[in-house]
Amino acid sequence: MDITPSYYLVLGAMLFTIGAVGLLVRRNALVMFMCVELMLNAVNLTFVTFADALDDIGGQVIVFFTLVVAAAEVAVGLALIVAIFRRRQGVTADDVHLLEG
Amino acid sequence: MEAVLFFACAAMALAGAAGVVLSRKPFHSALFLLLTMVNMSVFFLMQHAALVAAIQIVVYASAIIVLFLFVITLLGVDQRESLDETLRWQRSLAVGLGALLAVEVVALGGREWATGARSVRGELDPPRTGNVEALARSLFTDFIWAFEVTAVLLVIAVVGGVVLARRSRLPVDRTPAEGS
Repeated sequence: MDITPSYYLVLGAMLFTIGAVGLLVRRNALVMFMCVELMLNAVNLTFVTFADALDDIGGQVIVFFTLVVAAAEVAVGLALIVAIFRRRQGVTADDVHLLEG
Repeated sequence: MEAVLFFACAAMALAGAAGVVLSRKPFHSALFLLLTMVNMSVFFLMQHAALVAAIQIVVYASAIIVLFLFVITLLGVDQRESLDETLRWQRSLAVGLGALLAVEVVALGGREWATGARSVRGELDPPRTGNVEALARSLFTDFIWAFEVTAVLLVIAVVGGVVLARRSRLPVDRTPAEGS
């Protein structure tokens, strides 16, 4: 049985969907963050799949940049969560509504 | 052999992803995320991207997950998540739209429609070389501007993290939010 790029693309699509649903359903800011990481990873898989399928190094370079952006995002995001937790004991997203209109 | 490896790792990656969403405790979510990340690097290896697989392990599995676990243990946020809804139909709507999204992206990726021009940014190295040379050549020629900007981005992120996590001298608002 031959594993074609479609297998990887479908797997990436499923992982992305799980991450998106988790982001919408969960309330805990940390878990929402992990779901974002999951979505980023699913897209990375798609990039690497296309790099391999189309014999193009560009996909792998983009994955490199995605990893850097993810690292920067986690550094800032976790600092934000720590700052929020210091002020109001809990990181449930629904409790943070200071910008509510 | 390749099929067996693919399906075994795909099952583990999907189980890890489901575990991230379904776990009650954030600590368990982080460990399930680690499972997904490691399996993802196996997929990268299977597709001749050894360098990307190594970076995936070093950056994601080590740095990011450890940072998550560090923050979780530091804050001790293993408390139960409140299940009362502020927006009533939000959860069911999210699951419905998620199912729709799943059908769409699986249909798009599963067909042979998804294709493009070959070797626009340069060809891959021959198999079993890990594409280190090809990646470096592309990174330091075509993408050199993006690469330099990335350095600035990382510095800004580090400075931002330090500023945000610093203990401020403002009086702390300990009043719990209403509804919790």
